[in-house]
Amino acid sequence: MVKFIILPLILVVSLAVEALGSEQKGLEIAMEMDRRDQGFGDSEVTLRMVLTNRNGESSTRELRIRTLEMPAENTGDKSLTIFDYPKDVKGTAFLSFTKILEPDDQWLYLPALKRVKRISSANKSGPFVGSEFAYEDMTSFEVGKYAHKWLRDEPCGALTCFVVEWTPRYENSGYTRQVSWVDQAEYRIQKVEYYDRKSELLKTLVFQDYKQYLGQYWRARKMLMVNHQTGKKTTLEFSDHRFRGGLDEGDFSKGRLNRVR
Amino acid sequence: MSLMLRKSVSIVAGGLLASLAGLANMDARAGEWDVAGSVAAETRIFPGSRSFQGQDDSVFSPSLVLEPEVVYQWNRGNDRLTFRPFWRFDADDPERTHGDIREATWLRLGKGWDLQVGVGKVFWGVTESVHLVDIINQTDNVEDTDGEDKLGQPLINLNLENDWGMLELFVLPGFRERTFAGSRARLRGPNPVDTDNPTFDAGSEEYHVDFAARWSRVFGDLDMGLSHFNGTSREPRLIPANDGGRVVFRPHYDLIDQTGLDLQYTVDAWLWKLEAMTRSGHGNRFGAGVAGVEYTFYQIGGNADLGLLAEYAYDGRNASRAPAVVSDNDVFVALRLALNDEKDTTALLGAFVDRVTGETFVSLEAERRLNDYWKMELEGRLSPYVPKDGFAFGTRNDDFVTLRLTRYF
Repeated sequence: MVKFIILPLILVVSLAVEALGSEQKGLEIAMEMDRRDQGFGDSEVTLRMVLTNRNGESSTRELRIRTLEMPAENTGDKSLTIFDYPKDVKGTAFLSFTKILEPDDQWLYLPALKRVKRISSANKSGPFVGSEFAYEDMTSFEVGKYAHKWLRDEPCGALTCFVVEWTPRYENSGYTRQVSWVDQAEYRIQKVEYYDRKSELLKTLVFQDYKQYLGQYWRARKMLMVNHQTGKKTTLEFSDHRFRGGLDEGDFSKGRLNRVR
Repeated sequence: MSLMLRKSVSIVAGGLLASLAGLANMDARAGEWDVAGSVAAETRIFPGSRSFQGQDDSVFSPSLVLEPEVVYQWNRGNDRLTFRPFWRFDADDPERTHGDIREATWLRLGKGWDLQVGVGKVFWGVTESVHLVDIINQTDNVEDTDGEDKLGQPLINLNLENDWGMLELFVLPGFRERTFAGSRARLRGPNPVDTDNPTFDAGSEEYHVDFAARWSRVFGDLDMGLSHFNGTSREPRLIPANDGGRVVFRPHYDLIDQTGLDLQYTVDAWLWKLEAMTRSGHGNRFGAGVAGVEYTFYQIGGNADLGLLAEYAYDGRNASRAPAVVSDNDVFVALRLALNDEKDTTALLGAFVDRVTGETFVSLEAERRLNDYWKMELEGRLSPYVPKDGFAFGTRNDDFVTLRLTRYF
């Protein structure tokens, strides 16, 4: 009789321990990713974004993204996005202070009106400039934004990857979970699958052409996002990656936003 | 603008152009040039007939607009010259055919400060229906009736930013007069405005030096600004005068002091907004305020966003001693639609209703990118209900739609 109780109990407990173990392992992988990316200080990169619709018609955006690393653990990075192309949006700038679980602080600068507008950041799942990238896909990776879980290890190309599941803990996410392939050699994200609010596969993002900077920081120079539900895709091509250009908080202030070029 | 001031603005611009040309001959590696701009063809469409003898009665009123921009940066981008002239050639209104220097500035960026000298534009405020605290630039009234277009303002501007927020300090040497539609044009009312004979409180007229300052700070979800302006009012009083047998309005520009407050509280998909000001110099001291809210429904039917706006505007001025204002006791409601498509299609439909007289204005704006270089815009300015003593009685037949095609380069 006792056997009938104890056996299932052992099973449940061992499953729970294993689940705890996979959560712990998932968290450790994310923390190691984060640790390896610490200390870059500030960066600037030029970005060419090609949007392609189902009929194969494409349009292009060009922008620059400046990032300021915030050393405190409970503070996300600050980022400034400046639009260069198409010309009708040239000079538009977007300033974002990433938070961990709180809503981000965001301002938009409209050059024609010389107007700086504080905007709502509730629109995390909305499309970034009409692309297949949502606003939440463009913000910096912060460990605390997700609940983590290691799923398995498997080969990814010539490398071996941890397959991990990230469940957003912040509000207004368009995803129930993201499944990511992180290579064991350098802890670089190789692929992400995004699952929508109905838990169906929505998008796949593939990272390509990684390059190491300052002997430490790996940056993909190409990203390809495919939306499986609409057939649309967006390609990001990064160039002119620069680090430690001497940017500080004064370059990422609301007051400086109308001076940005 | 008087000939003298026009001359001095030209000298400033000419000097900047000359220094730009001089810099062009320097080693190209020393700095960075950027030439951009736009040219636009538009037509206004007036479905109604003219109200007054002498006014143009054509349905279509075409116009051509040229707005180039030349920027030169050096010293790692910490020094910047910007030159942005503007020209409009209008088929029907010689007053609307005009040029302006929207911007001609030298900007120096420092750590925690910046200094800007030249002719420039500054926007203050948060609300959408009326801009009570925005006071640095004069309205370029012939451009549009919404008051969003501004003339370049001569200025010396020092900005200081620190933990206590941002302090903007302005010396404004030189005044720009408001533009008004000519006597043969639509949108002028029963009596044309005689812009050649303005009068001023200030003895030095348009050379009076104005001062302004604004302190602003972000407190978490709250953005706040406090400002003060001392100088010649951008809004003229229109004084009836006899001009060889016909009645004209002559603009009079009073000296005023205006203190303003602007607040925006941003939480979830809500924007709560307030602007308030108090002014002396236009009769007894009075106050005005506009408060409202904007709520956005995100991703309705796919990727589109729909914003709902509602604002209430009050103005306590005495109409006999201060410039007339439409938003004395008015409710503004609007819908803002953004499709978030690859063409950046957006539309805004708004209505302004006077709570006492019922006078109503309707405004529609829509735009869509055609390709990487072309953009199409539609604007409608309608007054569906104007009572006999209404603000827009003289322009009640001047409802119009503007179609604009812009090429960017």
